[in-house]
Amino acid sequence: MATKSKTNGSAPFADAPINKSLSADDKIALLREMIRVRRFEQVALTQYQDGKMGGFLHLYIGQESVATGTISILGDDDHVITAYRDHAHALAVGMNMNECMAELFGKATGCSKGKGGSMHYFAPDKNYWGGHGIVGGQTPLGAGLAYALKYQGKKGACLCYMGDGAINQGAFHESLNLAELWDLPVIYIIENNGYSMGTSQERSSAHPEEGLAARAKGYGMAWAQIDGVSLYEVRAGTQEALERAYNESKPTMLEIMTYRHKGHSIADANAEKYRSKEEIKKYMDEHDPITFWKNVLIAEGHITEADAKEITKEATKEANAAVKFADESPYPNVSEITDDVYWEVDNNTEAGRTGRHFFG
Amino acid sequence: MARKITYREALREGLDEELAHDDNVVIIGEEVAQYNGAYKVTEGLWDKWGDKRVVDAPISEAGFIGMGIGASMLGIRPVMELMFYSFAYVAFDQMMNNAATCRYMSGGLINVPIVVRGPANGGTSVGATHSHTPENIFANMPGLKVVSPSTAYDAKGLIKSAIRDNDPVYFMESTVLYGQEWEVPANDELENGELIIPIGKADVKKEGTDISLIAHGRAVITSLEAAEILAAEHGINAEVVDLRSIRPLDEETIIDSVKKTHRAIYIEENKPFCGVGAQIASTIQERIFDYLDAPVLRITSVDAPAFYSPPIEVEQLPQAKDIVAKALSIC
Repeated sequence: MATKSKTNGSAPFADAPINKSLSADDKIALLREMIRVRRFEQVALTQYQDGKMGGFLHLYIGQESVATGTISILGDDDHVITAYRDHAHALAVGMNMNECMAELFGKATGCSKGKGGSMHYFAPDKNYWGGHGIVGGQTPLGAGLAYALKYQGKKGACLCYMGDGAINQGAFHESLNLAELWDLPVIYIIENNGYSMGTSQERSSAHPEEGLAARAKGYGMAWAQIDGVSLYEVRAGTQEALERAYNESKPTMLEIMTYRHKGHSIADANAEKYRSKEEIKKYMDEHDPITFWKNVLIAEGHITEADAKEITKEATKEANAAVKFADESPYPNVSEITDDVYWEVDNNTEAGRTGRHFFG
Repeated sequence: MARKITYREALREGLDEELAHDDNVVIIGEEVAQYNGAYKVTEGLWDKWGDKRVVDAPISEAGFIGMGIGASMLGIRPVMELMFYSFAYVAFDQMMNNAATCRYMSGGLINVPIVVRGPANGGTSVGATHSHTPENIFANMPGLKVVSPSTAYDAKGLIKSAIRDNDPVYFMESTVLYGQEWEVPANDELENGELIIPIGKADVKKEGTDISLIAHGRAVITSLEAAEILAAEHGINAEVVDLRSIRPLDEETIIDSVKKTHRAIYIEENKPFCGVGAQIASTIQERIFDYLDAPVLRITSVDAPAFYSPPIEVEQLPQAKDIVAKALSIC
């Protein structure tokens, strides 16, 4: 949840070096990224309601500044891993809407060939390691990606995202201990939207007065709390953590305050019961990161309302084209069920040909 | 004849050779470095290879095994030691969900070349929590490989293959076997200069004609003892087949053996329900029912959590006398 409202255009953190270096085009590109994420998900929602996909659909709407802002400052040796609310991170690292929409539809052209679904997007060629379904389960993996970077002598970091509901999982605490103990360049990013599914933060998490990230103090780890409504603040806060990772090989815990406009997933029938309609409306009206950034760009004279509308129109067109692509794509073949289980089998190596790997 | 070394030393040699073979191999686990290993498998490796290659982990199995999985996705080849395989249950989500399914759910974009090794056996009076034998549990999961060597020779050859394998390999040893010696040739006695045993190939440990005793892990050694008694006291020539690898499984060696002997017993220290023997018995009856002269039988641990009391625990696990009695019932 947002700590405080900053919806005027004066934009704190605009002077941070990482933000001062942004050109007008860069800033517009960031707006476009956030709008693309939102339109992708809004269109996906309509498709879900039309019965085009199965299972869960966890929407990121309202949180776009977090993935967009943090990933916008990454370099070639930086890596990303997140939980199941993973569409925004996927688009931010450069995955395209077609492969992402097709994955939701369970099609062979999906980014995981229809084997993963909404919660399990991957793009290792873009340093994107998922897309993980079990709350907190990805947090040791994030430490491991950082371990590998350090082992290989690379100056990079791993951004490991989770929701505020993940912070009470044991695996996360074990990861924090290892990260600090072994000086791993991992940045744990708690996307604090205030609710672990339908349970509010106050009903789920004991924490120091300063916030959830302040738990890092127990591990002697650096931490910060960031108001996620502003891309400027998200980028500036993340940059500090990145520099700590690059220069000192030290971890950081960031808590980025945000809000999801929709329920935990589309299947969440109580999204307007455990939260008041007034609360949701307040965040949508006063803390929406896209509206905020659009207003910053208008105030800075880079765009007009009409330009923003045009960007939205383009994003809608792209999302609709992705639906068409997904609709027209074939389903995977049943024969592919046993592909992608063992590397050695898939690559027809001697090991893959030795012994029986599949039964039944 | 070849020199003799212990199962423990064989594992150590295998680990040492793979540390030399590939800079990306790193050994991580509780007490593996400065303490020289809780069971001394890694003794001397930290002295030789230093902090980067042999790493002491805190008691934090979910954390460090999950970390190894993440590191392996970027090309590191972690060899994680579980002090007891029973502790795998603390890391179950990492070992079942992440190691086994990341490749699948990414549509084949990722692979996880990790080895998780450690002792998975009863028989040492450490109570139920430290005596688990989860080979059937992990072998149930597609994406995982499960290996269980019964001799020093196999332990060395298989650990090297496991480390070079590009899929997750769960390598289950036995503390009872660690101190036992077998012939293991030195590398300069070998044609290829090193001992590599492919995963997925069973081994006939003793040839015979009258009954197949099929087993994995330490139960192979018990079966060899039983075969000697059967031969000496009952004139029965038993064949002993060692799976070595449970998944992938060498069905052909099993089938060939039972076709010859027409009788089979599966012996394991695991529990009976959905045990490895259940899979093997199903395979035999499905493929060569007409060759059988008797039902396929199974010998397992008595179906209860591991008993602490030393003389009772001995009776809970398969012994040579149990195998002899069961063999006589169908021969």
